[in-house]
This record gives sequence, C-alpha cells and structure tokens, in this order.
Amino acid sequence: MHQFGFIAIFMVLAVLVPVSMLLIPYALTLAGIKPHRPDKVKNDTYECGVRTVGGSWVRFNFRYYYFALSFLIFDVEAVFLFPWAVHARQLHWFGFGAVLVFVAIITVGLAYEWRKKALEWK
Amino acid sequence: MAVSALATGCQPPGFFDGQNLWHEWVVNFFPRIGDSICRGMGGHADGGPPNWLIYLVLGFLGSLIVVNIAALGVPFVVLLERKLLGRFQNRIGPNRVGPFGLLQPVADALKLMTKEDITPAAADKIVFALAPLAFAIPIILMFAPIPWADHASLANLDIGILWVIAVTTAAEAGIFMAGWSSNNKYSLFGAMRAVALLVSYEIPLVLSLLGVVLLAGTLNLSEIVLDQRFAPNILWQPLGFFVFIIAVSAELNRAPFDQLEAESELVSGFHTEYSGMKWAMVQLGEYAALIGFSAIIATLFLSGWKGPLWIPGYIWLVTKMAFILCAFIWVRATIPRMRIDQIMAFGWKFLLPLSIINIFATAAEVIAFPDALPYWLIPINIAFAGACVVGMAKLLGFQPKTRKIVIPGRPVIGDDTPGRIVPLMRGGN
Repeated sequence: MHQFGFIAIFMVLAVLVPVSMLLIPYALTLAGIKPHRPDKVKNDTYECGVRTVGGSWVRFNFRYYYFALSFLIFDVEAVFLFPWAVHARQLHWFGFGAVLVFVAIITVGLAYEWRKKALEWK
Repeated sequence: MAVSALATGCQPPGFFDGQNLWHEWVVNFFPRIGDSICRGMGGHADGGPPNWLIYLVLGFLGSLIVVNIAALGVPFVVLLERKLLGRFQNRIGPNRVGPFGLLQPVADALKLMTKEDITPAAADKIVFALAPLAFAIPIILMFAPIPWADHASLANLDIGILWVIAVTTAAEAGIFMAGWSSNNKYSLFGAMRAVALLVSYEIPLVLSLLGVVLLAGTLNLSEIVLDQRFAPNILWQPLGFFVFIIAVSAELNRAPFDQLEAESELVSGFHTEYSGMKWAMVQLGEYAALIGFSAIIATLFLSGWKGPLWIPGYIWLVTKMAFILCAFIWVRATIPRMRIDQIMAFGWKFLLPLSIINIFATAAEVIAFPDALPYWLIPINIAFAGACVVGMAKLLGFQPKTRKIVIPGRPVIGDDTPGRIVPLMRGGN
C-alpha cells in the first residue's frame, strides 16, 4: 500500500505545478508586463467574425446516445474481464469457456444493435 | 518488497551487483539517486531521521523528476512535431530562434506567458478557468507508474494499467468542461465529439490491453516489462498492437481522429476561446498525453526499458518513445481527417470485433502453453493478425476507391492503368 503514498505526494505536485503555471501570468499582469485591456468586442464569443446569434447552452441533440449505452455495457464487461485475464492460466479452459459464454452474450447484443442500425451516426 | 519512488529506497547493501563503478551508476541512475539520497540522510544509521521523512523526501524528489519529464518534455515534442511536419510538407519548419530553431520552445513559452488572457463575457468563468487544470492534471498523473528503467518507476503500482486508463479517461471531463463553459457553438460541438470519440474508442483500447495482461498475468507495468525477456509483446500481439495504437491515437485526439479540433471546420473545437497560459495548459495536456502514451506503448508492446545491448534502460525507453512519437507525427502528416460517422463506424464495427478476437486467440495460446509461448507462434500470430485485418475490412466492404479526374487535354489522374503514375502536384495537372 505504501506505493499509494507516493501517488498522494505526486498528486499534490501535479496540482501545484499547473496551478503555479496559471499564476505566473497573473503575477505578470500585476507587474504590468502582461496587458489586460478587455473590451466589448474582444470579450465577445468568437463566431467567424460575425456577431453571435443566441447562446449555446440550449437543448442539444447528442447523437451518441446509443453509443454511450453500449459503452456502459462494454466497459462493465472489460472490468469483469481484467481479473480473469490476470488469472487465465490458473483458471484454465473452464475459465476460458465461461468468459467465452459471457462475451458471446454481449456480442450477440452488439450484433443485434448493428443489425438494427443503432451503430449509425444519424 | 516492491519499493519505488524512482528508486529502491534504502536497499540493503549488495542489492546491486558490482561495486560503486561509474558505469553501474549510469545504468542504475534513478535507483542510485534514490539510494544515495536515502543514505545521505542516514537511512541506515541509528539515530537518523525517521522513516516517514525519508519517504516524503524520496516521494517529493521522484515526483519532481516525473512532473518535469511531463512538463518540460512537451515543448520539445511540439518543436519536434513542427520540424517534422515542416519536412513532410516540403518546408524547413522553425529555424530562426537559436541553432536549428532549438530555442523556439523558450520563445513560445515567453510569448504565451505575456499574452493577454481573454475570458469571453458570455462564458461560465469559474468552469472556464478550471477546465485547463481539469484536463492537464490527470494527464500528468498518468506518468506515475511508468517504469523508466530497472526499479525506476515513481510508484510501482500493482494496478498500473488500470491507473493509466482511469486517469487519462478523467481528463475527458476537462475537455467537456472547456467546451461547455466557453458558451461557443464550435466549442460545444468539439466537446460533444470528444465524448462521442471517448465512448467509442475506450472499449477497443481497454480490450486490446487485455492481450498483454493475459500474456504477463499481471497489471503491474514493471512486471510486464520483465515478462518480455524473450521477445517484445508486439511479436506475440500484432493484432493487439494494431488495435491499441489506433485506439490511442483516437484517445489522444490526434489526426486522423481529430474531429473535435478540426481546424478547418470547428476552429480548434473545445479550446477555440482559450488564449495565453490557459491555452498553453490545454496544449500541455495534449502533448503530455502523447508522451505518456508513447511511453505506455513502448512499455506494453516494445519491451519498455529492456534492450539487447549494454545501454541504460532509460535510453532504450526514450529511443522507443521517440520512434513512436515520430510514427504519430508521420500519421498526422499523411492521413486525412476522417468524417465523424466514419470514425464511429470504424471504432464499433472494425476495432471492437478485432479486439474481441484478439482476446480469445491470446487466451487460447496462453492456456495451451502456460509456461512460455513457443517462438514458432510468432509468424502464425502475425499471419493471423494480417488475415483478421484484411478479412474484417473485406467483410465490411472497405475498398480503396480511386477517383478519376478527367480534364480535356491533360493526362488522366487516378486511372488504374498499371505501371503509370501521374504526379498530382507537380507540373500543373
């Protein structure tokens, strides 16, 4: 477990370094080296140089809905497969057969999805 | 005992074969540093500082080295990419600042630091400021379990692979935060595409890793390297390598899968509104992920720090990483960007079945030869991988299409007459 202590120290440093990198420009602004002159046009949302029409926090048709559902299923499958992969030698052909059946059930689902054209980006 | 922090901690005397020779220092550079810090603090003597203090100092110094590999490696990878892209496009690339343009990263850093930071008035300011951090921090964390040489990973995690996958996936939240908080339509599209890409390519990525896990029987990255003492995993796992490297380039949002930044249509997607140091942070995350994943690919498939000659392990690892980086850049310069529907179809209909086939082929091999795989399996594996890729492509009806361009009075471009090559760009076709 003491390896995770190193991870904890690393996490502190991994947070501190980017945060301090973002603080450098702030300090440079205070020192007057970096300009800070916001105006209305500059702070406008970029849209090819024309004035922005409407916001973007609207109801949005995200098309990967079915993909996200299948992603959940396959990700859970992968979580189950990792312990088997570590011990595949000891579990021998019985484990192989069990996992084959498990994956086959999910793959049939994938084939059904494919057949029903749920894997098309519409 | 698995001790780490780029070091072995205070190893008992005699852990390293040989004496305090200089070449032994070079080979075991990282463990030696940790060892001498430990000894210098009096780790073995009675009445020395308490163990937790040594632990903290070792962890801190090791973390400092690894953070710097990530943060200082990035500008030079950017320079390498610009140089190589220049060469690929028949240009010279950056060559003005310093000898051969080597000081370009320094100039870039200075420019980005002194550039005005613009936050759009319509943006969600807090999320907008936090997003680059949420993107860069997990990417830096991914470097923790990578073994740089023998006994030289920051944390010798037993779940090293899972840690890398978990942490790099968390970075996707940063991309979505950036895209959503900008309140810009391009950024929102980019963020949506990023999530679509993530859900499609995470599965082949994870499943193609399973082949390596099956071979090694462990999730520990150092032990996976040690397991490749006979031959690198790419020879046993050609299909897994093929799927993994494609899935990684999609996870890294690199060409040909960079639909979420797509300069020509989304104006760099989720970081359209970013400028100055926040933009640099996004860039840091992207290129640090590139470095980290090339280290992971080298570790998992190209036998990591192990090499045939008497050369220090970290030099082997960096050499292999450089090859993989150049391959990624080559791919970026060569292959045009795919459409988003093509990308999704490619992930789900091509890579996912291939990775499932790979798992069971590898599992059958491993169970049939539990001690060590025989060498005659290598050509069989490579032939099997080639047959799978070609067969799957035929099954799905992927065909290399040639398009004829006929202009009256000019030679025909793209006709399939054998032995006739019509240059496209030169001579004004």
